[in-house]
Amino acid sequence: MKHISNRVQNIHSSGIRKFFDLVLGVEDIISLGVGEPDFVTPWHIREACIYSLERGYTSYTSNWGVLELRELIADKLRGDYGVEYDPEGEILITTGVSEGMDLVLRATINPSDEVIIPEPGYVAYKPCVILAGGMPVTIDTRIDNDFKATPEEITSKITENTKAIILNYPNNPTGSTMKGSELEEIADIAVEHDLLVISDEIYAKLTYEGTHTCFSSLNGMRNNTILLNGMSKAYAMTGWRIGYACGNREILENMMKIHQYTMLCSPITAQMAAVEALRNSDDSLRKMVTEYNRRRNLIVKGLNSIGLHCFEPKGAFYTFPSIADFNLKSEEFAERLLREEMLAVVPGNAFGNAGEGYLRCAYAVSREVLNEALSRLERFVGRLG
Amino acid sequence: MKDDKTIEMLQILEEDARITPAEISKMTGVPEKNVSELIGKLERKGAIIKYKTVVDWEKAGVEYIYALIDLKVNLDRDNGYDSIAERISMFPEVESVRLVSGNYDLAVIVKGKSMKDVASFIAEKISTLEQVRDTVTHFSLKMYKREGEMLHKKDADRRLAVSA
Repeated sequence: MKHISNRVQNIHSSGIRKFFDLVLGVEDIISLGVGEPDFVTPWHIREACIYSLERGYTSYTSNWGVLELRELIADKLRGDYGVEYDPEGEILITTGVSEGMDLVLRATINPSDEVIIPEPGYVAYKPCVILAGGMPVTIDTRIDNDFKATPEEITSKITENTKAIILNYPNNPTGSTMKGSELEEIADIAVEHDLLVISDEIYAKLTYEGTHTCFSSLNGMRNNTILLNGMSKAYAMTGWRIGYACGNREILENMMKIHQYTMLCSPITAQMAAVEALRNSDDSLRKMVTEYNRRRNLIVKGLNSIGLHCFEPKGAFYTFPSIADFNLKSEEFAERLLREEMLAVVPGNAFGNAGEGYLRCAYAVSREVLNEALSRLERFVGRLG
Repeated sequence: MKDDKTIEMLQILEEDARITPAEISKMTGVPEKNVSELIGKLERKGAIIKYKTVVDWEKAGVEYIYALIDLKVNLDRDNGYDSIAERISMFPEVESVRLVSGNYDLAVIVKGKSMKDVASFIAEKISTLEQVRDTVTHFSLKMYKREGEMLHKKDADRRLAVSA
């Protein structure tokens, strides 16, 4: 096509998008395909946002974001993980983690730089690396290792061009988490090969067993890590688009340069809501996490009893069951499930080749929907024999 | 008794009285047998009072009138708040009775079929009690939230059916 740049022609639309178009044509579906909380943003946050509008907070903010918000984030990170970031110069408010990821890649990647991405992984990482001019190098994590990236797999992909590695634990789409000791081994590799680690920890608060380890809290990693996080998943604030990037002052300054020319600042209304969320949400957060955990137990038991083998995800709100016993490709399975039972799930291959043979089933749905979905799945699987 | 699992079980049941011990077991990891035993214990102890349904009678096409009554009562040496409060509680028309701080002593909610019904119940049965000194009756015009549930609004799921 004549007006489209070569760079963009090199990336494909997300497999999720393709499946979404299919779903649009089907009526009365129920869906385990949604990648966001089913809770509406807690009322006290919405209310604080309305109040900020009434008081006339409608202007631009500092390019770095509202200082009060950055200070609250610094406090949280210190309290939760013992990591110190200066609200002035080491924390940047972004328009979701999506923007943060784009900024860090564009600020650090040179042509032919390689970026290691464990798969199955979030759909945006590969395209973002390509758009930044870099080369994505994927590693295939395995179900028998609970979809964790191993030091051996990472080391085997390191070349003289390797610049960075993207980690996302708790993980979308698998729900996998990594322990501090396991991350420590990756930190050692990063130090040895002088790699930048981009750690997308958007699901950190949704950790059900053990405690979340913030990658930059690991020995020697503070200056080699760009920590990305945000409000979306923990506070049920996906549509507000508030994320943040923390790290080394020099990298942050350069990310901010791109941000000031392309985004200017994140919407002030959403930043004001985020201030309230960080101040007063402990209770609503705890309630949501408790409820997700109950559903997690329900769906994991349910899937395994139907014969969709699924390892126990310890974070996020996804399960990633295997369909190996049914002799169907992920897409074929998901399409037939959609047509025959009006149940939407996401085919695992949307998250990379390593996801072939799996489905992503999100349990961010009510228990009624969850139970109905499981009985539809059971009926479908029963027919497959 | 007040351990985490007990509290969690009560929270789950408070949210959904029809949930089965099997389901609670799946959600909490507590074996089904233990769940049933624990529920039995809580019922016997009176921590679980009853399993009821929250009904929006208006939607069901049945009209009920509710009134909130503030009561001031006289106490004497033999009778404290408990005896008058319990006495009022015995009437089936009375939905709830609370001892409260402030200008009045008891806050009572009464449910009846019509305004006349409720008014005459208060006039004949409550105001005439010897210990009742003063009453203020507020008729309820519209109910917005009951038992923690919003009555007139259901949040629609506005999310895309499939997303990253």
